[in-house]
Order: sequence, then structure tokens, then C-alpha cells
Amino acid sequence: MPLVCVHGPLRSLAGGRAELEVGGSTVVAVLRGLEDLHPSVSGWILDERGAIRRHINVFVNGERGGEQTEVRTGDRVEVLPAITGGT
Amino acid sequence: MTELLLGTKKGLIVLEGDPSAGEPFLMRCRAFPGEPVDFAMRDPASGRVLATVTSPFYGPKIWFTDDPAGEWTQAEGVALPEGGDEALERIWVIVAGDGGSLWAGGDPGVLFESRDGGQNWELNQALRVHRVNDDWQPGGGGLCLHSIVPWPGEPDRLSVAVSAAGVWHTEDHGQTWRRGNRGILPGYLPEEAREEATQLCVHRMERARRDPERLFIQFHGGVYRSDDAGRSWSYVGEGLPSDFGFPLALDPADPDSAYVIPLRGDFDRVMPDGNVRVYVTRDAGATWSPRGEGLPEREAYLTVLRRAFGQAGEGASLQLYFGTTTGEVFGSGDAGERWFTAGAHLPPVFSVAASA
Repeated sequence: MPLVCVHGPLRSLAGGRAELEVGGSTVVAVLRGLEDLHPSVSGWILDERGAIRRHINVFVNGERGGEQTEVRTGDRVEVLPAITGGT
Repeated sequence: MTELLLGTKKGLIVLEGDPSAGEPFLMRCRAFPGEPVDFAMRDPASGRVLATVTSPFYGPKIWFTDDPAGEWTQAEGVALPEGGDEALERIWVIVAGDGGSLWAGGDPGVLFESRDGGQNWELNQALRVHRVNDDWQPGGGGLCLHSIVPWPGEPDRLSVAVSAAGVWHTEDHGQTWRRGNRGILPGYLPEEAREEATQLCVHRMERARRDPERLFIQFHGGVYRSDDAGRSWSYVGEGLPSDFGFPLALDPADPDSAYVIPLRGDFDRVMPDGNVRVYVTRDAGATWSPRGEGLPEREAYLTVLRRAFGQAGEGASLQLYFGTTTGEVFGSGDAGERWFTAGAHLPPVFSVAASA
């Protein structure tokens, strides 16, 4: 399964774990899987439309990914707050 | 002792003090450091504090606590239906209704209700149907439902105001809604389009507690009053230095009293002439008088946002507090006659809620 890495407040919402194995073949499927495992994450990464929030970046094996980016077993899906969000 | 809950660009700030002392209030605590807190209020029924936080990263949330200096819990249900084509952008306001409900208004023009003190929220679908089917247009701050005014003693009656979709009323606890905009004239539209216009940029609305048929609005162009529960409106802005402004406060003891803080205009959203003045009417808007003793008199080009004007008490001891986008909070403990600086050097103030 892909490995999801979360930071900041997402870590405590994900049961205090920084890395979690979550099934799924696309980024959005993996993130939905994370919400299923830890419902408190719902609404924090994906909005109601199923879109990654504007100031959240998702990287797959170090490359910027989107909702439909394909992922495979062993891929590293990193969820990071963007540097553009605050003032 | 009076408590001020300040929603600021960098967290919730809680001040406490005695307005009769005329001195700055003490800071009790700061919560959500670094996060924009759009609004915070203390539910008079439960004593619980609720705050709306719009993280630029993680989206809008409502949080609640019994102690703002302690742990906060995220509320459930503060979202639009999944799988749609829009997302919740922001929660602008939370208001305690009569009958135990809490109401929250937000962007895009949505209303939520909580029947359990703010722990769980449910989207009002009937108003959302109007929002989806009608031509609701956002104002400069977004499509914000910013004013919610219950009817004292009648929990099924409620009015809301949306920028820029005007005033809406329900008499069946939100199952059905009707517009209530007759008489409001949007000078920012072509003359022939004004009569039937629905793109009405109401900036804030309040209801007179002792005469619930009476409502005031600070509109994008002028102050208006309704004496028929918001079915029709009359312009009552003669005597003010400007038709433009955002904040509005009423005296719960006196339906004829109202307070506004005019800004120069939509072209220049600062105090006229750099002179900080709160304007009061004691005759339902027939005349207005400036109040400024203790406020900056010159070179003070301040801005006060729509929810940054709070109040506590009533009558001659009505307490009024307003915060600015430059981080000052001014207060009065005598219905606006004299003012003092309650807070300074704060982040931009988005909202002020007072309880005494």
C-alpha cells in the first residue's frame, strides 16, 4: 500500500502517527482512505468537492501530485501545507 | 467584569476589564495563535464559547470550549454536502436563537443550525435552494451570510442578511424563506434596475429587542429602518457624514436608539477626515449625533469591519466596543458618551463580542 505522510495538526488527527499505510490507486482514493481510517481528518485535506484544498500540497515520491495522480504500493504520498497560505 | 472575545487575523484574544475604570482591559488568553478567527461568541444559555476559524490551509471550522484558555473541540457538520460543486469558504457569525438553537452564517450564503449547543450543525437546505436557484452575487467579502437576528420569544421566526442577496425571513424555523427588501435602493445599480434588484449589499442588520417589528440595516448605501418586521424599509441616513459603513449596534432597552460608524465610502473605507466618531440616533434615525469623547480626533484613518462592533448591557449603562483593522479596541461604558482604549497593538480585529 502507499505510505501517507502527514505533518502539523494533521498528525494528531491521524491518531498521532506521521506515516500511515493507506490503500488506493489515486491520490484522492488514498486521502479518502485516510479519512475512513481517521474520520477526524475529514474536511482538512479534501474539501466537500473532493478537491485538495487550495493551500495544501501533495507530493508523490517527491513530485507534485493532484487528485487523480496514480499511486502504487510503496509510493510515498506526502501532505504538506503550502508556503502561500498565510499572511 | 466585562469579557471581550476578539476574533483577529492572528487568533482569538480574550480581554477582561471594567469599563467604568476607563483603562485598557487585561488579556486573559489567546487561542488559535496564527490562525484567522473570524468570529467568537459566548452562548448565554450554556456559557460555552464558540469560535469560527478559517485556516488558510485546512478550511473553515467551528470550535467550542467551556474555557477559552483550555482545550477546544471541533464541531461536526460544518460543511456543504459532499460531492457538490462548491465548498464552504468561511463562517462569518454565530448567534444564539430563542428556544435553544444556535445559528451560524457563512460563505457561500449558507445558514447552519445547532440544537445541541454547538457540537453538531446542520445546513439549512431551504435557504440553500434559494441561493442555488436565484441570482445571488457575492459582495467584496464574498457571498457572506453575516447577520442573523432571532425574534425574541418566537423561536421559529428569524431574519438573515446576505451580502449581496439582501434580507430573508422565515416564520417556520427555516423551512421556508421569503425576501424582505422593499424600499432598499441600490445606488450602485442602473436606475431602471433598482426597483426589482436582488443584488442587495446589506452590510449588517439588527433587530430591536423590545420592538421586534423594528429592524435597522447598514446598507452599502445608507442606513434603513423597518417597522413592519422587515417587509419594507425606509431610508434614515440623513445627517450622517456618509452613507457607507459596516457596523451597527442597537440598545436592547430602546427601539429608537441605534449606533453606526460611518466610513468615507466604498472608494475609501476609512473614517471621514481621519476623525473617529460613532453616530447615535435616539429617534429611530430621524436625527444622528456624533460621539467621540476619548476617541482619536485627527489623522486616524481607521477601518471597522462589520462584526467588529459588540455590546453588552442596555440603557444608560450600555457598553459598546469596536475593534479596528489596525489593532485597536475602543470601548464605552455609558452608551457612547465617553470612550477609552480597551486594547491596542493587536492583530487586525475581525469581530468583537462582549458579555458582562
